[in-house]
Amino acid sequence: MSVDFGRRVLVVRPHRGVSGRLSVRPALVCLALLLAALATGVLALGAGEFTLTPSEVLGALAGEGTRAARLVVVEWRLPRVLLALVIGAALGLAGAVFQALTGNPLGSPDVIGFGTGAYTGVLVVTVLAGNGYYLVAAGALAGGLATAAVVYLLAHRRGVPGFRLIIVGIAVSAMLASVNQWFIVTVDLQAAFAAMLWGQGSLNGLGWAQVTPVVVTVGALGLLLIGYGPRLSLLEMGEDAAAALGVRVNRTRLAYLVIGVALTAVATAAAGPISFVALAAPQLAQRLTRTPGIALLPSAAMGACLLMISDFLAQRAFAPTQLPVGVVTVSVGGLYFVWLLVRQARR
Amino acid sequence: MVLTRTPVRPPAPAAAGIAATQARRGLGLLVCLGVLALVCLLSVALGTRTVSPGVVWDAFFHFTDTDDQSIVRDLRVPRTALGLLAGVAFGLSGAVIQAVTRNPLADTQILGINAGAGLFVVFAVGVLGLTSLAQYLWFGFAGVAFALTLVYLLGSAGRGGATPIRLTLAGVALGAVMDGISGGIRLVRPRAFDYLRFWDVGSLAGRPLEVAATILPFVLAGAALALVVARSLNAVALGDDLARTLGARVGRTRVLATVSVMLLAGAATAAVGPIGFVGLMVPHVVRWIVGPDQRWIFGYTVVCGPVLLLLADIAGRLVVRPGELRVGVVTAFLGAPVLIWWVRRARVSGL
Repeated sequence: MSVDFGRRVLVVRPHRGVSGRLSVRPALVCLALLLAALATGVLALGAGEFTLTPSEVLGALAGEGTRAARLVVVEWRLPRVLLALVIGAALGLAGAVFQALTGNPLGSPDVIGFGTGAYTGVLVVTVLAGNGYYLVAAGALAGGLATAAVVYLLAHRRGVPGFRLIIVGIAVSAMLASVNQWFIVTVDLQAAFAAMLWGQGSLNGLGWAQVTPVVVTVGALGLLLIGYGPRLSLLEMGEDAAAALGVRVNRTRLAYLVIGVALTAVATAAAGPISFVALAAPQLAQRLTRTPGIALLPSAAMGACLLMISDFLAQRAFAPTQLPVGVVTVSVGGLYFVWLLVRQARR
Repeated sequence: MVLTRTPVRPPAPAAAGIAATQARRGLGLLVCLGVLALVCLLSVALGTRTVSPGVVWDAFFHFTDTDDQSIVRDLRVPRTALGLLAGVAFGLSGAVIQAVTRNPLADTQILGINAGAGLFVVFAVGVLGLTSLAQYLWFGFAGVAFALTLVYLLGSAGRGGATPIRLTLAGVALGAVMDGISGGIRLVRPRAFDYLRFWDVGSLAGRPLEVAATILPFVLAGAALALVVARSLNAVALGDDLARTLGARVGRTRVLATVSVMLLAGAATAAVGPIGFVGLMVPHVVRWIVGPDQRWIFGYTVVCGPVLLLLADIAGRLVVRPGELRVGVVTAFLGAPVLIWWVRRARVSGL
């Protein structure tokens, strides 16, 4: 007997006793988004001072072609493309987790001051200890977590309505931005410069050294999310409903919160605060897939696609000037934010 | 015939403020003027190199071209003059927007107005290649008008009209977009980046006296316009319908008030860069002292705006000696808690 889910569903039974349902539309959307991201990635690998055609790029990736082509594609440009994809996916996932937990399309790490707080953390760490990748990551994590906690507590008063969260986020970000400025003025020039480069939110100058830690952590956190299964969408239905369906609400929510923060922190540590991807990706994915709630996999695919395209634009739109990708995402994501407001107003 | 009676609510106790009588308000204004004079003196005397009041006096009246006297005449006085004008402009524009939109959260920074003026100025400098303040000042005005219109249209779209929250969100979103675009222009045009490094930081330092002189007529005109419409804004505060019944011309009042904001915020942003939160904080504190009458609020704001801005500037000079914090950074640090306090206490519906 088949159940009508209100959408087209494929039942997969690869083995006796093992079966799963695959919604057709989300799967297709994910596939399309990934293809778009990969296609942009191939274009990005070919573009630059040393221009290559897509077929040459693919050849170089497969280990053929000239030595120079392989050097440029694999050693110089591939890390950046890989990181754009992975960091984009991490931001998309983090946004999805936060939005599902707060039940609010505006509940995203960048809105609640995570980025500015992470920047403060990085500044403190750079000044006190130096700037290795793991130090920076730890600083970003601690700063971001502390800020998110403060914002959440300040906004909490008989519940956390979205607008209060946002305005408190703005206010706390403004204060922290002042603190950051104070740091940049007081510390020595070199540390300040390193921190400022990071603070623009850019994928410029990332190499293979950063790829491994980012891919491993994001992969591990992604596996953890898959391991938690459908609990996130159960939580989205409300605490009572989730508890009735057998979810330990508080513990699960805390776990998701930690995963979401960790995902943001990994991305932020590597590339600096890249705003609005986490805000836009889950919502756009939801519109495209027409799922009832926030879905994780399409959000990740959308995040990867958005960041890949934004980074390509940032690199190529005004070549040879390279914009930090943060500048592009803030413009595009801000427009999306505007649209979200207008749409909410219509209701 | 059935008559329905609306239950008559007892009138809410009028929030008269601390200074309840006109005489006390007048006296308070004099006190504030005295404080302003003192702050001006401090602003001329204090800094990386502290100058004694005697030397300040000599610099004005017995100028003998010593180092300290030059510091006072060439650096501190232009800076203080600019701080005075910018304080009046930012404070008063905040008070006027709060009155027009009937939105206690309004501020030129929060509503994205500074970002709009900034975007147009960056465009003028970076793309059109203008370099004199007198030229790109007009772009500042246009930017304010553009941002204000856009934010208001966006904030009042749909049912329910322009609630404070929606206006604020619209301002923040548009402000982010406009800041992003001006950041992009700045990076693409290195010449503009170099020129605007000094403008961008929201700082009063290092600007010659001509800058203050250029914006002076515009700030004066804007302030005069604001004081002229203050009476009508009192009526508008009661709601459009009631205001019309009382004989106020609502449309004309709005337009005049908007022009005043345009002159004030546009001139100040073009001259010193975006400085936020002064327009949020000062009217709030002033309202607490003098009550809801816009005429008194505007009058007090004209005096207290520069007090706050100059104090913030002095603090910025002293906390990280021998470096300096730009004044916009200090005002943001002081103003943000006011914002948090407001959203925590207000009973407003969610988004």
